[in-house]
Amino acid sequence: MAGYAVVAELKDGSARKVSLEMLAEARRLAGDSGGEVAAIALGALAPGEAERLASYGADTIVHVEGESLAPYATEAHAAGVKAAVDRAKPETLFLGATSQGKDLAPRVSARLRVGLGSDCTGFELRSGDLIAKRPIFAGKAFAKVSWNAARPRIATVRPNTFTPLQPDGSRKAQVEKVSMPDVKARARVVGFEKSEGEMLDLTEANIIVSGGRAMQGPENFEILRKLCKVLGATLGASRAAVDAGWIDHSHQVGQTGKVVNPTVYFAIGISGAIQHLAGMSSSRTIVAINKDKDAPIFKVASYGIVGDLYQVVPLLTEEFRKSLKE
Amino acid sequence: MNILVFVKQVPDTETRIQLKDGSVDTSAVKWVANPYDEFAIEEALRIRERLGQGKVTVVSLGPDRVKEAIKYALSLGADEGVHVKGDGVALWDPLAVATVLAGAAKKAGFDLILTGKQGVDHDWSQAGIILAELLDLPHVSVVVSLEVNPESKRGKAKREVEGGAEVVEFSLPAVITAQKGLNEPRYASLKGIMAVKKKVIPEWTLADLGVDPAAVSESAASVRFVEFSLPPPREKGRILEGEPVETARELVRILREEAKVL
Repeated sequence: MAGYAVVAELKDGSARKVSLEMLAEARRLAGDSGGEVAAIALGALAPGEAERLASYGADTIVHVEGESLAPYATEAHAAGVKAAVDRAKPETLFLGATSQGKDLAPRVSARLRVGLGSDCTGFELRSGDLIAKRPIFAGKAFAKVSWNAARPRIATVRPNTFTPLQPDGSRKAQVEKVSMPDVKARARVVGFEKSEGEMLDLTEANIIVSGGRAMQGPENFEILRKLCKVLGATLGASRAAVDAGWIDHSHQVGQTGKVVNPTVYFAIGISGAIQHLAGMSSSRTIVAINKDKDAPIFKVASYGIVGDLYQVVPLLTEEFRKSLKE
Repeated sequence: MNILVFVKQVPDTETRIQLKDGSVDTSAVKWVANPYDEFAIEEALRIRERLGQGKVTVVSLGPDRVKEAIKYALSLGADEGVHVKGDGVALWDPLAVATVLAGAAKKAGFDLILTGKQGVDHDWSQAGIILAELLDLPHVSVVVSLEVNPESKRGKAKREVEGGAEVVEFSLPAVITAQKGLNEPRYASLKGIMAVKKKVIPEWTLADLGVDPAAVSESAASVRFVEFSLPPPREKGRILEGEPVETARELVRILREEAKVL
């Protein structure tokens, strides 16, 4: 019986980084309570992937295989996770708070009739009982959550929250094969449409450059795209800019957009409405550029420039270009 | 085509969250229909308009104040609204909420269920998907584009994922959870607002739905909040003023040499 099980999210047969992050956190928690850590893999594994999962902290790999697992279908994956849980019998089950994990975890929770804590950013054990910390109101507040007695507890874990262990090649894991029940999924992915450019997703980005109402129109976002290119940053936007139709909603940061935590967040021409601040104020460093020195964004900014973005941003782009070349 | 829309009432996104006696203080909150549910309502109305037939029923679970969210949906053009009384229900628990909503869905009847991808209060992003599982239906979550064909009982949706959109084909009936970008919600018309006055909003209790109160009670909740906190205040920042050339150069120097973040 495993204390913890981590559903490894596979891309081309390899576990995504969030899965390794969850293995590290599960290891830490299991160390406190003495349980085992299992990795659950659904579908084909790339060569050496089981060994890789072991090197990152898995004691057991529960490998579920079956034709209905690819392409992704929530119903099939839920059946796969259930089959693996029936085998490994974990006390606690982690999934990534990714598009896929957030789609799959509630199905599994309902199928097993157990509680699910979403988008967790921290865990602690209190007299042996697991407590999770998670943002609510898009980060305007935090809540600590506990589960009732039903097992496994399920949690989705926010990517970039924990650091993977140093891989240890001497660690070995037992691989247990579980066969997949045949599932006729009634909803199935049939295609993928890639979004703009080569930018990282906002939720994965290390640097974000966001524009707000002062961008005045879609064409001026070009100024920010140039800065993004120099910095390798991802382009964001405030709700005002999205609702004006200047940029697609997938770029929106805030309470009805993405909640982000990059190393550096540039808020350009963004006044700092409370619903925007909710989505970005956990960024490590915040840089604000705004004409209005009384704009609320300066209250959360680590560094601010009071000035006209149309003058400042091109100069800043040029300075970065020169400085980063050296 | 009978379309059910589940709407939650949440604090307006402009609300500053404060704590009182260890809980979120809701005394001064302005309650609104959950923004993501607004996209669900709009999509239901558009499907009805496109098909030239059908009925849109809006259902909300909670205390009496949720009637305001129902009235708002009716003013936009929903045909009927139902208030499911939340007395004794663990309203913070997605599993309990979805169990009650599943009962309401069975009683109301449906060909399609729409709701928001998440409530902007607790941010669980669960109830719609759990509802699908409890009703033994397929679902597509975080949907930004939707087509449904009542004759073939098939649908096609795009859902937002990291770096793009997945195209998903599904069979009806199904549960769809709406993401911003699905549509642009309309405003209520004066006619719509006047029409609400004549509408009767029936109240359903757990007994009406055949839901066991013990199973969805606060003491049976699958998850519970044990503590709340506010984010720590940020350190006071440094504001650069002066000539744009100077401030730009200084900012680059600070970020690279002092903060060492770039």
